[in-house]
Amino acid sequence: MNASITARFAAAEIAGLQGFSGVTASAPYLGSRQEKYGRKVANSLEDAIRASGLKSGMTISFHHGFREGDKTINLVVGRLAEMGFRDLTLAPSSLLACNFPLIEHIKSGVIRRIYTSGMRGKLADAISHGLMEEPIHIHSHGGRVHLMDRGELAVDVAFLGVSTADEFGNANAVSGRSRCGSLGYAMVDASRAKTVVLLAEELVPYPNMPASIRQDQVDLIVKVSEIGDPAKISIGAARMTSNPRELLIAKLAADVMEHAGYFEDGFSMQTGTGGSATATARYLEQKMRKKGIKAGFALGGITGSIVELHRKGLVGRILDTQSFDAVAADSLATSPEHWEISTNFYANLTSKAAAVDRVDMVILSALEIDLDFNVNVITGSNGVMLGASGGHSDTAAGANLAIVVGPLIRSRIPTVVKRCTTIVTPGETIGAVVTDHGIAVNPNRPEVAARLTAAGLPVIPIDDLYAQAVSLTGEPRPVEFLDKVVGVIRYRDGSVIDVVRQAAG
Amino acid sequence: MKIVREALAGTLESSDLMVRIAPRDDELEIVLQSEVIQQFGAQIEAVVRDTLAKLGIFAGLIVIEDKGALDCVVRARLQTAVQRGVDAWTADWSALS
Repeated sequence: MNASITARFAAAEIAGLQGFSGVTASAPYLGSRQEKYGRKVANSLEDAIRASGLKSGMTISFHHGFREGDKTINLVVGRLAEMGFRDLTLAPSSLLACNFPLIEHIKSGVIRRIYTSGMRGKLADAISHGLMEEPIHIHSHGGRVHLMDRGELAVDVAFLGVSTADEFGNANAVSGRSRCGSLGYAMVDASRAKTVVLLAEELVPYPNMPASIRQDQVDLIVKVSEIGDPAKISIGAARMTSNPRELLIAKLAADVMEHAGYFEDGFSMQTGTGGSATATARYLEQKMRKKGIKAGFALGGITGSIVELHRKGLVGRILDTQSFDAVAADSLATSPEHWEISTNFYANLTSKAAAVDRVDMVILSALEIDLDFNVNVITGSNGVMLGASGGHSDTAAGANLAIVVGPLIRSRIPTVVKRCTTIVTPGETIGAVVTDHGIAVNPNRPEVAARLTAAGLPVIPIDDLYAQAVSLTGEPRPVEFLDKVVGVIRYRDGSVIDVVRQAAG
Repeated sequence: MKIVREALAGTLESSDLMVRIAPRDDELEIVLQSEVIQQFGAQIEAVVRDTLAKLGIFAGLIVIEDKGALDCVVRARLQTAVQRGVDAWTADWSALS
């Protein structure tokens, strides 16, 4: 202690302020080099959990960058169950079929509430059939950030899987072994959760750059053997297609993009991840070359087909909130114009600016689209939840033109229906629907209908698409539901746009 | 016509169906499984009964595993299974459509 400094303060007698009492008084870790460097590194996941201050009843979060290959959520929740935690709120950016072990943890009371963008497989089936006492909340990617910022979704501890981190907590998923690419979801949790715990596959020398998650956001770091399997990222929603019907739809969708009025040099787009949506990018290439134009940027969930356009110089910049395959993850690591963005930057309507508002055209998938152009991406034709809200409603609201693509019928199930089983995206934000039996344009976009018709594209009223579907399949009998609400569909502004009731069958 | 042997038609691919038929003495028994049974079960059964009646089949065990086939596919697979399960095909094709 420097006695002369202490004496000076005492002499000044400044009321209400604390006197200097040594360099390490507020920073005891500065006392030893080992403490200074390693104080955030926990020896085990249990130690990290204990140090995080997590208590029963609190809210935990995860990112789903590995999609079906995720190995973090099941691991951590399993450990929390063993350690005796109960009544937790689970708030991952999304859940997939691989998360079916959560069923046991819901039954045993470890998990009490869930906020997620979506669910698949056995877990979705069980929850649809009434597994949980409280309904799950389905939000969009942007809506998740909004719910956090307005306080409804206050994350106590975020457990974030990263492929590399240094011992201060600078982390990314573009280096190391299991790379999922963009950490766009996790960036939000890192900046908002009260406590941030990194599960790192590899500890690397300081400073680990680029730092998708930064040292000034991270409380604890624990090394784990594996955070996820990148080979399984593209299973499920994201897939390439050689199906001739999907290719036909993709070709029509590219025609719509060409003629709808936004196909000018510097245009911007998001192509989504369904079979037809992914293939649309392929058809765009020849159209861009023919007209001699390039896209300014592509946004959103990024697939290999967008990266291919980028490498050919046809897409200037990529803004990547989730990398949907290894090609996208590698491009994020190597291309100087492939940028990682958080979902707050991407799609939150109360963000100071959301990139979806700059998009000209977005290609979206649908399980159902109804005569008012409302879209369902959550429940299947039997009323069971099987999909995800994702960025659907965010991009539809922001983009200058939202184009829904899909086959008119899937096996015997019509995609164009009288009324959606569940509404996720309001019809007023959907500009056009492209099917293998024709294109319907929302009556609120007469200028788009006129341009497409002038280009010789098969534009027909959506009522005609519906009539055509039902003439092939027959009129489906309405699905039966029980009274209990099992899911609450939150629009991107937090409002309730629909509910999902318990499936009867 | 009369079903005299077990016969099979179709596949378990999406949008198709597998039809298995077997002889029965005096009764017609239809066992229907379908991925879309909630929405279309009644309609599929009506199509099956109508197709069998037009073929003059009034006895047999008909087991259907449907993967969301359209009516025209249901008819075609069923007709083929019957054709394979009878000794003498006497139905008039032009009267079946």
